[in-house]
Amino acid sequence: MTTTNRRIVQFTVNGNSVEVAITPRQTLLEVVRDELGLTGAKEGCSNGNCGSCTIEVDGVTINSCCALGVEMDGREVNTIEGLAPGNDLHPIQKAYMNNGGFQCGICTPGFILSTDHLLKMIPNPTEEEIRLHLAGNLCRCTGYDKIVRSVQAAAEDMNS
Amino acid sequence: MRNFDYVAPTSLTEAVQAFGQAGDKARALAGGTDIIDQIRIGRRTPELLIDTKRVPEMMVFEGDGAGGLRIGAALPLYRVRDDANVQATYPALATASGLVGAVQIQNRATLGGNVGNAAPSGDTIPPLVVLGSTVVIAGPRGTREEPVENIFAGPGQMTIAPDECLVEFRVPAPKANSSSYYVRFIPRAEMDIAVVGVGVSLTLNGGGQIEDVNISLASVAPTPVRATDAENVLRGETLTAALAREAGEQAEHHASPISDVRGSADYRRELTKVLTRRAVAACAAQLGVNVT
Amino acid sequence: MVATPEKAIGQPIARVDAVERVKGRAVYAPDLTLPGTLHCKILRSPHAHARIKSIDTSAAEEYPGVKAVVTHKDLPALDSDEQVGGEVTLDAVYLRQFLMASDRVLFHGHPVAAVAATSPHIAEEALDLIKVDYEPLPAVVGIEDAIKDDAPIIHEEVRTRGLEGRSDKPTNISVHMELARGDVAKGYEEADVVLEGEYRIGMVHQGYIEPQACTVDVDATGHITIYTTTQASFANKSQNAALLQVPLNKVTVVPLEIGGGFGGKGFTVPELPTALLALKTGAPVKTVLSRDEVFRATGPAPDAYCWIKAGANKKGEVTAFEARFYLDAGCLPGSALYVNNILVAGLSPYKLPNFQADGYDVLTNKSRSQAYRAPGLPEGAFAIETMMDELAEALDMDPIDLRIANITDDGAPMSDGMALPVTRFKEILETVKKHDSWTSPVPEGRGRGVAIGMRREGSGTSTATIQLNADATFSLIVGSVDLTGTRTSMAQIAAEELGVTVDEVRSTVGDTDSVGYSDGSWGSRITYVTGMAVKNASEDVIRQLKERAAEGFQASAEDVEYADRTFTLRDNPEQSITLAELAPKCVGMGLGAVIGTGIAAGVRPVTSTGVQICEVEVDESTGRATIARYTAFQDPGRAINPMAVEGQVQGAVAQGVGWALWENYEWGEDGILKNANFLDYRMPTALDLPMIETIFVGGPAPENPLGVRGVGEVPIIPPLPAVGNAVSRTTGIRHREIPLNPENVFWATHNGANGAK
Repeated sequence: MTTTNRRIVQFTVNGNSVEVAITPRQTLLEVVRDELGLTGAKEGCSNGNCGSCTIEVDGVTINSCCALGVEMDGREVNTIEGLAPGNDLHPIQKAYMNNGGFQCGICTPGFILSTDHLLKMIPNPTEEEIRLHLAGNLCRCTGYDKIVRSVQAAAEDMNS
Repeated sequence: MRNFDYVAPTSLTEAVQAFGQAGDKARALAGGTDIIDQIRIGRRTPELLIDTKRVPEMMVFEGDGAGGLRIGAALPLYRVRDDANVQATYPALATASGLVGAVQIQNRATLGGNVGNAAPSGDTIPPLVVLGSTVVIAGPRGTREEPVENIFAGPGQMTIAPDECLVEFRVPAPKANSSSYYVRFIPRAEMDIAVVGVGVSLTLNGGGQIEDVNISLASVAPTPVRATDAENVLRGETLTAALAREAGEQAEHHASPISDVRGSADYRRELTKVLTRRAVAACAAQLGVNVT
Repeated sequence: MVATPEKAIGQPIARVDAVERVKGRAVYAPDLTLPGTLHCKILRSPHAHARIKSIDTSAAEEYPGVKAVVTHKDLPALDSDEQVGGEVTLDAVYLRQFLMASDRVLFHGHPVAAVAATSPHIAEEALDLIKVDYEPLPAVVGIEDAIKDDAPIIHEEVRTRGLEGRSDKPTNISVHMELARGDVAKGYEEADVVLEGEYRIGMVHQGYIEPQACTVDVDATGHITIYTTTQASFANKSQNAALLQVPLNKVTVVPLEIGGGFGGKGFTVPELPTALLALKTGAPVKTVLSRDEVFRATGPAPDAYCWIKAGANKKGEVTAFEARFYLDAGCLPGSALYVNNILVAGLSPYKLPNFQADGYDVLTNKSRSQAYRAPGLPEGAFAIETMMDELAEALDMDPIDLRIANITDDGAPMSDGMALPVTRFKEILETVKKHDSWTSPVPEGRGRGVAIGMRREGSGTSTATIQLNADATFSLIVGSVDLTGTRTSMAQIAAEELGVTVDEVRSTVGDTDSVGYSDGSWGSRITYVTGMAVKNASEDVIRQLKERAAEGFQASAEDVEYADRTFTLRDNPEQSITLAELAPKCVGMGLGAVIGTGIAAGVRPVTSTGVQICEVEVDESTGRATIARYTAFQDPGRAINPMAVEGQVQGAVAQGVGWALWENYEWGEDGILKNANFLDYRMPTALDLPMIETIFVGGPAPENPLGVRGVGEVPIIPPLPAVGNAVSRTTGIRHREIPLNPENVFWATHNGANGAK
């Protein structure tokens, strides 16, 4: 085995087809950040316990620090940068803005993608369902109160 | 992270060949939620990761034709967690599948990984054991089926050979009038490793007595263990609160825990009693027998 | 929501920088990669205490892809007397020793060498090739071991500051402080009940989700630019200039977005090895710490050991009070300010006519302690507020009544003799006492605890610059890093003062070349002190605009008034010019640019106060305590942005609850940290907390024209004792140890009280 066992991997990111030459040890998080320049997903813990690196693969959210880039061949990857086109804001993004759903903002892309996944599964979640679904995303600033309210506001907005 | 190679076989034949050639130099990469971190911190040092998610046999999720269930070793746990049949027929397994990490982990992690990691704390293991599940193992010497209960050798160690791989789990149809339950204790509400976990399956006879019972404990021994003393005091009896408590006391005989950052050995023994009592009572409650 | 000019202050508006954050575009330190960047990884000590006999970096240097390796040998010689820091100061030699070990390693994770390579993976591989020969030394891990007479001494040169003339032997107690008043012996005679207890509080981390990270770029002239995550860009600049022995004008610090700090990012951490590698290679070098490194080697909050003996009469008045507070400084002196916080802000809410209080800064073989939100006060409050609860219980008194009986009147002397600023503490406690969270019946199986907290704020200096644009909009630059909404609240203050809308003020944080010196974003000082600087800068802009308008009116600037975006001559309202008309004349048409500067320094201290009520449910079979209801009363003064204030309170409560129930550094006896990850270091998740009801009490602070008080720190003071008192009231056993994790509660309730004397 060499340290340059690169291979070409093709997948879609935010609807665009991409091709990268990467080594197996590059995590999906490293690939989107370092190879594709999409730095919205953050590395907070490197072992799947903080959710800052949450991105969506084939319709479900995962911790991209615990996945390899080479696994993505042919898969559909969506990051925070693709949630709303251009300068548009998704209703979830608006809800986090207007309800104080973040302070430092480092965890926010992960929370927003987890919220998107939740509202696709359960359009009208209870507070308990929101808290359960977001338990894999750590926030150290807000105490979660305003995050829960942001999710509730987003659900209300999207269902109206 | 140290470097390694990666292959993604697309058939069981290719997979068996890959594991057969690499032997102990390879590890399976299913959900990756354990192995990638283990490589990062140097706990495991495989030279090759074999991605099992493109092997159709390892992604099955269907009936076994006899009322039971086949679950591919690389199927993400959220599929098990959210399946209405699993929730109704194998509640312990549905519960445990929803306890492994958080949503993002459950969207990736697999039964094959949770079992294959062979951590004494694996949440899905007690449910698989008490439900009488088997696992299909493939290797260069052919395919065999083993009870899940028999494949653990120690923390992180399985009895299967390094050149073999886990293909699928088979969970038999439960008998009439039976149910299962899994409970674990962790300090926080979620996102934690079981300090103690208890899986129970119960079958009641027409008279309401316990016809059959299986109890499996997690995190209290080098491998998941059966609490046979607790099973013995329950079998043939009508459940009462006192009997559930006695089952807890008996279960403690099977606990030989260690002390670590997640809890002392003494605390784990105490929790074994409490959780066994609660799991037995909760499982019976699912069958309409309320003792608390 | 767009605020009207008159109402810019006091509106719960969305953050002015919100879009970049929700879109994932805000650039944090780990997100920046300059062209040609090399990546740094740091080799760390596997021992808590050892002598370094030799370091051999030759194999690492030859590894393909490695561009440079540095050790302590690459550090410039230091003037040994120099002090560096910010809110807390430290000998530069000590800070350097913390950031790069020389002859000894002092804690598990202590940096020993650093490698720059073409990829982080290669740098990491190269670390394995560095050979360090250690001679392990005995490690001192716990405070109570470190203060024993026969404890191994960590620094032979340390003598206890504060005991000069009384002791000249080597010690692990680097500072002793004391405050006293009255006659304690007489106080015990007046007491109807005397209690004594020991209190232990675990070491915790600030837990910011963004790890420390930086890129250092050295240009061809040797100018050093540091792109980093810091709470204090100017302190970071002066620390690094001192450590690298270069003049201050040779270092620029560019603060990128910061992913949480909470006190833990006031001191430089990865910048020193990164800069050494950048100087050595001539390329930009980037370091991003791992979570493991953040836990081990950035600086957690001190653990503490406290002892209190107190007497009270039947009216609940504390007649005698003795206390000793030991804070864990870690491997280098430096928690003295936090000790002082306890002795002053911690004790001053109560009259304590007769008291003797001693505080100690204790050295151990752990990472160097750093500030964490109201540093020292949560630890101190756990001891003090638990004792107050014990006294109330012993006297069968309502614990709020007991506090009212002892609360210091506004203007009365604090523990250090200075007058207590306006707190309205008694009034606040009377309000709390009538609130449903206290008066409603306690549900079966639950218990309720109360605790108070106070902090004094208003230190340091801040600067702001406001520039008028030709279209009558404004650009505001502050030197205070935006932790949780500084740009927004400063825009609100500027908009109100300038009589425009928030949208018309572009609010930014400058680097150390683009704005005047400003102290760090710590000590709850930003809204108050930087807010005053922004107010002053706004007034300066208006003053300059009045002068420009006066020139046109051929009148004196003193006779010009500004209202409704219009400058009017007081005695001749016909003579007027709008801001929109005047702006282009100033900018671009020759009247002269308008740049307002505001400096705030030496502002009058204010206090901020909080009272919290916690209701818990305890599963006695497992020991698990669950927060069932939580209410935080806070006096924010005049809330500039109520939504932001609420968020600060709720976040601090969550951190406090995490500290109270789960978070803790788990040390082996050998000083090895066993839980340096987010799995086994358990911070609260969304499922672990209820909604946190936040109620504003009190009113505008009379000490300053903005009427503001700090809000960021006080709300983390009450949670430890509020949770502890609630658990004790539920279990019927007095709990005196933090964390109250399930196992600790289980054994305490099964074996009887802990910490009782």
